[in-house]
Amino acid sequence: MPSHPAPSNPAPSKPEIDPEFQALPLAKLAQTALNRARDFEAEHADFRIERLRTQRLTLRDGGLLDASEDDTLGFCVRVIVDGAWGFAAGVGPTTDAVVRVTEQAISVARAARPIVAERIELADEPAYADRVWVSDYEVDPFSVPVAEKVGLLQQWSRDLLAANGVDHVSAVVRQVRENKFYADTHGTSTLQQRVRIDPELEVYGADSKRGVIDSMRTTAPPAGRGWEYLTGAVHDWAGELAELPELLAEKLAAPSVDAGRYDLVIHPSNLWLTIHESIGHATELDRVLGYEANYAGTSFAKLAGLGNLQYGSRHLNVTGDRTVTHGLASIGYDDDGVATQEWDLIKDGVLVGYQTDRRMAKMMGWDRSNGCAYADSPGHVPIQRMANVSIRPSPDPTSTSDLIAQVDDGLYVVGDRSWSIDMQRYNFQFTGQRFFEIKNGELRGQVRDAAYQGTTTEFWGAMDAVGGEETWMLNGAFNCGKAQPGQVAAVSHGCPSALFRDISILNTTAEGGR
Amino acid sequence: MTTPQHLVEHALEISTADHCVVIVRESSTANLRWANNTLTTNGLMSASSVTVVSLVDGSAGSAVGVLTRSATTAGQVEALVAEADEVARAAGPAEDAAPLVEGSESADWGSLPGRTSLEVLQRFGSSLGQAFDRSRSGGRLLFGYVEHDVTTTYLGASTGLRLRHEQPTGHVGVTGKPTDWSASAWVGQAVEQLSDIDVDGLDTELVRRLRWAERTVDLPAGRYETLLPPTAVADLAIYAYWVGSGRDAHDGQTVYSDPSGGTKVGQQIARSGVRLSSDPAAPGLAALPFALATASSSAESVFDNGLPLGATDWIRDGKLNALLTSRHAGRLTNLSTTPAIDNLSLSVDGGAGSVDDLIASSEQTLLLTCLWYFREVDPQTLLLTGITRDGVYLVEGGEVVGAVNNFRFNESPIDLLNRFTEAGQTQRSFSREWGDYFPRTATPTLRIPDFNMSSVSQAS
Repeated sequence: MPSHPAPSNPAPSKPEIDPEFQALPLAKLAQTALNRARDFEAEHADFRIERLRTQRLTLRDGGLLDASEDDTLGFCVRVIVDGAWGFAAGVGPTTDAVVRVTEQAISVARAARPIVAERIELADEPAYADRVWVSDYEVDPFSVPVAEKVGLLQQWSRDLLAANGVDHVSAVVRQVRENKFYADTHGTSTLQQRVRIDPELEVYGADSKRGVIDSMRTTAPPAGRGWEYLTGAVHDWAGELAELPELLAEKLAAPSVDAGRYDLVIHPSNLWLTIHESIGHATELDRVLGYEANYAGTSFAKLAGLGNLQYGSRHLNVTGDRTVTHGLASIGYDDDGVATQEWDLIKDGVLVGYQTDRRMAKMMGWDRSNGCAYADSPGHVPIQRMANVSIRPSPDPTSTSDLIAQVDDGLYVVGDRSWSIDMQRYNFQFTGQRFFEIKNGELRGQVRDAAYQGTTTEFWGAMDAVGGEETWMLNGAFNCGKAQPGQVAAVSHGCPSALFRDISILNTTAEGGR
Repeated sequence: MTTPQHLVEHALEISTADHCVVIVRESSTANLRWANNTLTTNGLMSASSVTVVSLVDGSAGSAVGVLTRSATTAGQVEALVAEADEVARAAGPAEDAAPLVEGSESADWGSLPGRTSLEVLQRFGSSLGQAFDRSRSGGRLLFGYVEHDVTTTYLGASTGLRLRHEQPTGHVGVTGKPTDWSASAWVGQAVEQLSDIDVDGLDTELVRRLRWAERTVDLPAGRYETLLPPTAVADLAIYAYWVGSGRDAHDGQTVYSDPSGGTKVGQQIARSGVRLSSDPAAPGLAALPFALATASSSAESVFDNGLPLGATDWIRDGKLNALLTSRHAGRLTNLSTTPAIDNLSLSVDGGAGSVDDLIASSEQTLLLTCLWYFREVDPQTLLLTGITRDGVYLVEGGEVVGAVNNFRFNESPIDLLNRFTEAGQTQRSFSREWGDYFPRTATPTLRIPDFNMSSVSQAS
């Protein structure tokens, strides 16, 4: 297949790909694997080698608890032989080891063949030879001395501890640099590097008279950025940290919410998680087809609903993408060798698309995968994972205050906390960092013990307005879990603030029987 | 060939730090996954990691550098040790510094790592293929996953300590559905060897449960008498165990915190007769017998690596007896040093009977299969929200009479340990949500008189 226009190579100003990873004989090892697979007449083979470097900084009341680092280097071979997948993974990337692991993958495919009822075939994809892609960041977190990073977190912790009402402070920063080299028998070879960072600070306090202990956490989202996220102008850390103690004190003194039905204005720092659970996972085609039935679950958004399922109100326009700058799921090419894209999932409230990989795209008779294959490590087989799934803002300028002004009796929800949804993505329950009362279009103080509960299509059907571009934010998570063996993935969700009518609010204290 | 023992000895020999711990972990894993009566993915994987904990003494205390890396050669280990030593020298004093564990060489130190193999999968695959055939002819679909893993750990320290542990772990979970997906049932089992799995027996149980679901009953949200089988109790017990950090409790952050300060250790938190315990030597649940930490946290410390683990009662006769506590956390909280152990058992004095026995003695109750996606709503009470899945059944007059819709629940495992009215005999169990990560559990069936089903889920 001819080479095809696709995500561009890095501009000269882009960060350099890890030289230690590049120094490995990547192409030679790949050719060794692919040639050995051809010896066994594999219909398809791909070779992937990855270096995954992670560091977690953990401080407790300003004291350093953990600065350990994990650095995984491994490789894997995936083949299709006589219509059956075979996958094997190993460490120590030598030519001999690659041959051995390739032969293991062939053996696994042959062993699997008797219990494979559907012949594995892949949707076509152009070949992309020698492509390079690097995510958009400025400072590789692993280039910053640990002492410097810890020093910043210690200063922030001490400042917070000095505030009235703060008894304890935790600070955690997770940093990841991910290198992937992929090559397949159809001529694609890609070299990629992504960096991501997830900072969280949380303060704890107590109201001893009421016997209440609680916490308040930052809402700064994880991002596909480098250490500049903590030191530059991207996020107003000084402002957010300065307001945490006061927000905590207000929460500790807040009245318990009256259970009932309320209009909600939900900030993107909370709404992203509802999108993730009730739209992101529900539009994963592998769930729809039953691949996750024994674990993560299936989906109510069945194939029969494609093009006609009324998922939400006309304000609901949702895209999937693996291309947005600083998105946690963004990358140039997926782990099937597919160039990444952006596409519609829900248009004017109607289901119009799914997230897929090459195997499922072929099953469905679609021209092409939309590039959602991902493996979280060299030891795991690629599966269909979530793209950045995001809600489009209103084309009209609409601020969060404009949305609040439309509410007589409601709540304004900021920051995520607890979450849960059923295995077909109908029934969910979410809490938040803070719930503010809205009366006659104006914000009042916080209430506590609130959770909102709903059913997916009813909830999104109750979306009465969305904010404009000025309210749109990219939030997300590092720890989306799925599949057996379990894999984690980082994913972002962009959305504006949004207004929902007549949503069920629980009092969690009452739910606990107290 | 460079053996794990050579890597440990070489790392300790070349380390320029004042003290050093080296951990080598070799794992070998085989798995099969299936859906709609056909295999979907599979794998045969090997992994190897080396963790170096370098300690450098200073006037203000010991500093530590902890690095974990894929390393299989002496040269890779040399680079790793040099970096860990450098990190330690650049670091400030570690908060959890403590003397390294003393000891000598274990009897099995010289043994090679254990491995699993493709043959293990092939034997299981043969039985699975027969189950697929039966399902096709019976109008059913099977979905599931089986895994066998052997992880061997080698731990060496500059004190002379040399420890080895080989941990075989196997587990299987199978979901059955009629071809129209109108119902769902699940069975699962944890084992050491896949040959211990009775695939035909699991399939037979799925057929029984799908027959139960041929009649359906709609029930509204509310509080119901409910039988929680060992699988569901395991899920709840594991959550209660995982949030058991002594330091977190001491700092007022968990259900084990005393509102007046400190922890609830010594206080009655469950009905008398309730025992929650771990024991690395428990028959059928054998687990790593020494502390292992590749990073420090509120509950564990890299300085405790190699600390012997003994039988520990977390709850004894209903009283909170111990919490997950490193030596460092123990100094801060005045709690005993009781690190985490990789198994968990819940038992109730006088508990007797299987799930079927408790069904037979029920007038009217709900029988759950398993709980899913439960997450903490309130850490102070350990209120969890979650969902029922793959089989909620109505029991009347001692028999299952049909399947009920699913529910969202809001409950606290600690509250349930106070409210249950009957317990079965403790048996080996496999948690639905956490079993893939924490498979070594033993739990009883519990009868809850008023389980809080907060709302109805349309999921089936």
